[in-house]
Amino acid sequence: MIKFLFIGLLRDRSRSLMPILIVAIGVMLSVFMYCYLLGLMGDMIDFNARFATGHVKIMTHAYAENQDQNPNDLALLETNSLIGNLKTEFPDMDWVQRIKFGGLIDVPDENGETKTQGTGFGMAYDIISENSTEIERMNLEKALVKGTLPKHKNEILLSDDFAQKLNVNLGQSITLISSTMYGEMAIFNFNVVGTIKFGTQVLDKGGIVADISGIQDALNMENAAGEILGFLNSKVYLDEEANRVASVFNEKYRNSDDVFSPIMLRLKEQSFLSSYLDLIDSMQGIIISMFILVMAIVLWNTGLIGGLRRYGEIGVRLAIGEDHHHIYKMMIYESILIGIVGSTLGTIVGLFLAYLMQEIGIDISSIMRNNTLMMQSVFRAKITPPAFYIGFIPGIFAIVLGTMLSGIGIYKRKTAQLFKELEV
Amino acid sequence: MEQSKIITIKNLVKKFPVGKGFFIALNGINTGFEQGEFAGLVGPSGSGKTTLLNIIGSLDSPSEGSAEVLGYSVGSLTHKQAAMLRRQHIGFIFQTFNLLPVYTVFENIEFPLLLMNMTATERTKAVHDAIEWVGLGDKIKSRPAMLSGGECQRVAIARAMVKKPEIVLADEPTANLDAENSHHILQTMEKLNKELKTTFIFATHDEKVINYLHRKIQLFDGKIAKDELIKSI
Repeated sequence: MIKFLFIGLLRDRSRSLMPILIVAIGVMLSVFMYCYLLGLMGDMIDFNARFATGHVKIMTHAYAENQDQNPNDLALLETNSLIGNLKTEFPDMDWVQRIKFGGLIDVPDENGETKTQGTGFGMAYDIISENSTEIERMNLEKALVKGTLPKHKNEILLSDDFAQKLNVNLGQSITLISSTMYGEMAIFNFNVVGTIKFGTQVLDKGGIVADISGIQDALNMENAAGEILGFLNSKVYLDEEANRVASVFNEKYRNSDDVFSPIMLRLKEQSFLSSYLDLIDSMQGIIISMFILVMAIVLWNTGLIGGLRRYGEIGVRLAIGEDHHHIYKMMIYESILIGIVGSTLGTIVGLFLAYLMQEIGIDISSIMRNNTLMMQSVFRAKITPPAFYIGFIPGIFAIVLGTMLSGIGIYKRKTAQLFKELEV
Repeated sequence: MEQSKIITIKNLVKKFPVGKGFFIALNGINTGFEQGEFAGLVGPSGSGKTTLLNIIGSLDSPSEGSAEVLGYSVGSLTHKQAAMLRRQHIGFIFQTFNLLPVYTVFENIEFPLLLMNMTATERTKAVHDAIEWVGLGDKIKSRPAMLSGGECQRVAIARAMVKKPEIVLADEPTANLDAENSHHILQTMEKLNKELKTTFIFATHDEKVINYLHRKIQLFDGKIAKDELIKSI
């Protein structure tokens, strides 16, 4: 009997090929959308982690409360020993110091007189040390437009836009006028060795990138840093792991009486990211659920149409003496088979498209030119283990549900009407 | 005499609810059929032919009275028991053939046997026998779309006969056929009736069919107006 039904299924394309195609397309879209959304959201989190928040960030209590103002006068002290302790206590993580700073950039002419001036916002990373992980993390080599990366602490990079605005040439000396962490005026000369472009206006407009040792000298922040960022070994933000690390750290170092005592905040707790991540989690769930629901309705409809289209055949089978229950069971077996084949095909194609999207991505840098959000200019999908099975949920359940509902008609059908119905 | 009857109908009434009242389709039918009969329910539309055929075929049940088919009381059968009765003992022939379009002639005829859990060898033999009865040996691998109306109805007859049922019920089997094909079909059924002693009961108002009948039961307004034996078994 199974063989008989299988033969019918193979020969009747409207009963097999069409439903399989519809299931496959639906599942493909579900899988691709799932990977795309994960990639999109994951990219935004990753971008923020690398540029601003780390997976965890250590600041003083006072700095944390005013971190929107980047208050270097409230910076962490004795950071070298603190980093040493962190490396011992959390050896699986990468710990880096950063200083955010701002100031006036003064560009002198040949006579040493001010030629141009502009306000700049800068980030100081560990660039020149041998074991620097920041160059790769910040993608500095790829972001370099002209020149080279700093090799000495008095060398500096300007964003390409900023350098053009200030009319600065490579090798030229500029002066950073700012304030030290003790509130005194800081005036320090740097050589511009290159220009960079990160691809987002928030970083490229008035952007300065310097080695942290140079900025520590300039702002009188020796053995101090505004922030210490920690990155999980997984490279991906895992809130549970970050929470564990932060709990251990805060338990040990928390001192509510001292505003300069360190506090560790995980990515999710920082700035707007807490509510944003919650929103992402819920939106991701809502979008995927909605998509799966829509696909389920489409596939359910396919199951219904399939059942209704075979009304005549089912009538003959009832008349010949096939039991209602047997017909119903066979229809469900058929829909399971269609669901499995369609879902498998759809998952393969969906994963293939998601893989292309993951490896190649969609470059939207041209339309991101004036963007002020900190987000990637290349959208990528992300393939995770659930992507291998998530499509089977709408692919099998929806079509089986559709068939089950349409099949209820088999039980309600009055056999007394079969002669009349079959003669229409 | 009574004991040789394979179908016994006593005081059969069938009512259908219409609005707040009932439409009486069959009203006090008393009749019976012996094995090997070639009988017809004849009458105008609405006379109750198909309703009586439905009850004999266990597709419907009586409102009052009784219908006993091969010892089974149709009114007391469950859906499953009724399906079993149809599967084992009754063949159906429809006006519009109702063959399964994606299957070949062989597979269409084989289908009722699949429901009876016969082995593949038994099925193959039975199907070949049935195909031989209706003379479609050269069309065994054809699909219904490749056959003429007459050939389709012959396949339907083979499908009804393949399990060698005691009873075959045919509702207007020639309605979609021309005169030549109608005669061919009726001759085939008459031959099978003689050879296999299968009881054929037709519901028809086609003169061509009526001329072949051995017994003619005239129905009018749900009652038997005339029961005429034309040719004895």
